[in-house]
Amino acid sequence: MERQLIKGNEAIVKGAILAGCRAYYGYPITPASEIAQAAALYMPLVGGTFLQAESEIAAINMVYGASGTGQRVMTASSSPGISLKQEGISYIAGAELPCVIVDVMRGGPGLGNIAPEQSDYHQMVKGGGHGNYKNIVLAPNSAQEMCDLTMLAFELSDKYRNPAVVLADGFIGQMMEPVVFPKPVTEFPEKKWAIRGTVGDKRNLISSIELDPDDLERHNRKLQQKYAIISQTEVRFQEYELEDAEYILVAFGIVSRLVQSAVDTLREDGVKVGMLRPITLMPFPTLPIEKYAANERVKFFSVFELNNGQMVEDVRLAVNGKKPVKFYGRMGGNVPTIQELVDQVKKQMREL
Amino acid sequence: MSTKILSKSEGFYDVYDRRPGTDKDTTHYCPGCGHGILHKLIAEALTDFGVKDNAIIISPVGCSVFAYYYFSAGNLQAAHGRAPAVATGVKRSLPESIVISYQGDGDLAAIGGNEILHAANRGEAISVFFVNNAIYGMTGGQMAPTTLIGQKTTTTPYGRTVANEGYPIKMSEIIASLTAPVYVERVMMADTKSISNTRRAVRKAIKNQVEKKGFSFVEVLSTCPTGWKMTAPQAEEWIKTTLAQHFPLGVLKDISGDVEPLNLDHHLLPTDRIGKAINLPEADADQPKFVIPDTVNEEIKISGFGGQGVLSLGVWLSEFGMREGLNVSWIPSYGPEMRGGTAHCHVKLANRPIGSPLVVHPTILVATNRPSLEKFEKEVIPGGKIFWDNSLMDITPSRTDIIRYPVPATEIANQLGNTKTANVVMLGVITGVSEFLDENIVRRTLPQIFKKKHLLDINMQAFNKGLEVAASLKRIA
Ligand SMILES: Cc1ncc(C[n+]2csc(CCOP(=O)(O)OP(=O)(O)O)c2C)c(N)n1
Ligand code: SF4
Repeated sequence: MERQLIKGNEAIVKGAILAGCRAYYGYPITPASEIAQAAALYMPLVGGTFLQAESEIAAINMVYGASGTGQRVMTASSSPGISLKQEGISYIAGAELPCVIVDVMRGGPGLGNIAPEQSDYHQMVKGGGHGNYKNIVLAPNSAQEMCDLTMLAFELSDKYRNPAVVLADGFIGQMMEPVVFPKPVTEFPEKKWAIRGTVGDKRNLISSIELDPDDLERHNRKLQQKYAIISQTEVRFQEYELEDAEYILVAFGIVSRLVQSAVDTLREDGVKVGMLRPITLMPFPTLPIEKYAANERVKFFSVFELNNGQMVEDVRLAVNGKKPVKFYGRMGGNVPTIQELVDQVKKQMREL
Repeated sequence: MSTKILSKSEGFYDVYDRRPGTDKDTTHYCPGCGHGILHKLIAEALTDFGVKDNAIIISPVGCSVFAYYYFSAGNLQAAHGRAPAVATGVKRSLPESIVISYQGDGDLAAIGGNEILHAANRGEAISVFFVNNAIYGMTGGQMAPTTLIGQKTTTTPYGRTVANEGYPIKMSEIIASLTAPVYVERVMMADTKSISNTRRAVRKAIKNQVEKKGFSFVEVLSTCPTGWKMTAPQAEEWIKTTLAQHFPLGVLKDISGDVEPLNLDHHLLPTDRIGKAINLPEADADQPKFVIPDTVNEEIKISGFGGQGVLSLGVWLSEFGMREGLNVSWIPSYGPEMRGGTAHCHVKLANRPIGSPLVVHPTILVATNRPSLEKFEKEVIPGGKIFWDNSLMDITPSRTDIIRYPVPATEIANQLGNTKTANVVMLGVITGVSEFLDENIVRRTLPQIFKKKHLLDINMQAFNKGLEVAASLKRIA
């Protein structure tokens, strides 16, 4: 297979087009702008739509409209823009529309800065907008996965009629790596619910309003059931050097690449350490973590993030008090060095 | 109000079976409300123009949120104020459908001000019906942006004042001031005659879309007896005597006769042509085997002023490495490091998978300005290589445990007649002295990087010069 050296942000757009996405609506923001630029370049060439919207709010509502017609559609932004999209995402989740939302996270709160953070974990994985809904959230850690997980996001979002998020950070977006692009998807699920302006679908309705409390509760229960099925069937994670690991490091996205190097370094020093990397953040790999937590060999879990400790909450829930759960985070766009991670693990080992 | 002139058309359900509860024959609107009448006018026009089955209604948040009870058409219910954005997404996906954005004054003129302005400005080929009843009906009679000065509402209990709330906003005038909209008219629904006039305007707005003319906007002054705390006849009278005085009726813009039909078609590219369109790589069938060692593990930092091509040099090295079959990563200086006009990038080339893409202890440092050398010299591993452009700085590395490569890259580039080729000179030197780079891969790839012949020629010269420098440096070493 032919490899192409490409930026993560651009790999997302090519992956999306290969997945059959033919509409992109977005508003520029660093460090996600290359996604809009690549979409502007390629969408017209494949007969798709690219539109720079007047705001992130407008963009996500254009996505709502396009998705309602059954089209595979996406938007992308970075943290402040994602905050603006939350209203629309809640409506999309409520109306059970599929779509793909890419968040190339940057430093916050407020305007923050354009450097990489992972501080949108809460707002993307836990909901973010109002209501009892969840997004499907995939966390790539390479340019290859920027393509692959974007394609998977389209598949899952159609399958479950649910918004799917590709949660990346400024680093993976800006990084260039070789990518092998797969063949274009040619088979798509039938969308009987879509509105296409024909006699056959004119009774279809895309809406999130349910005035009657019983109806709305029923709708919410149905959504929760859907999330439960997703949690049972769609969990994806990577295990690295875990066969004999006594110390389990947990990290997602770019941090997992750093932690992988730290594991290599620590292993050279004879420390039995490994990494568990959630690839899906919703559904969270709760069961595998539970399994390791129950294993006598394992002494602690240590979570590394570029935030104030957000995913660590889900690790704690999964570990459920069986083992200590440590946390080390950097914020503001600072990225730890490998040595820093190694030192942290050694310090945590001493504290045990 | 005279509703006799209205009959149910095929675009309107006979029985409102989507309406919850037992009453399936009357609308959920208050007696004397304008919404129901406008609904019927729209449905009638859709039916008469033969597009009722292609119609898609975007309903707003407001009293007309339940428009889908009544219209026999596809319906998308939008968030408050966002109907024009939703309509945009629908129309762009389905250019053959007839897309109606139906909005109240809170929805369109307050919270959705941005969406309507930009949908209009883009000239989206949709029809917008704007119900101006000078109040928020659904939420209990609060002030709207169109509420009149002095008008009492539940949030202007003493009457709207200019000092506190400003003047009522005239949306039709604003929309008509834009270039793209083809048709903007304000009408009212206060008696048989004015409803007939509204019918005409509604038909025109829909006909425009059928004929692919572009963006049409009809503002309808409409009754809200409940919000206004009036009887239905009083409300009709108030529209005529008061509301229509502040919001002058009439056509504000109509260029629908002068414009050509829009070409809205998409031509989806066949699947087998997508790869080429999005520039996917094609297999290089006779790619030669390159001679590189089995244990490559290079960590390279390249740093200089923006414009010196340090980022490109890094990308090229990654590209060559990839073509040699190595794992590679490239990442630019980014975030807090991006200050003061200097740029640098991290490049890794290795046989084994690459963990962190960040280079902390370079095996190779390329410094093309003085601050870069000063800043990064100390990071280089013992035994590492430092390449620096000695035509641009008067300092040399102070360390003695590294291999030194002074390269007058800019001077050579200037002699060749193009300063920009300095990074290719540097590339030549790196290629000449490094084992991980096969000279042939560079020669083979440069034509793909420099597609214009004169650029390729001069850069090939620069590359050859670099190789010469490398050879002489090797001799000295
Ligand atoms: C984001 C948001 N803010 C506020 C509301 C509450 N709300 C519902 S309808 C409405 C105003 C409706 O007034 P208008 O658009 O004039 O329509 P009408 O009911 O008069 O037809 C408001 C403020 C909401 N649903 N969503
Ligand atoms: S509150 Fe006003 S706008 Fe709403 S249904 Fe009643 S009369 Fe109509």
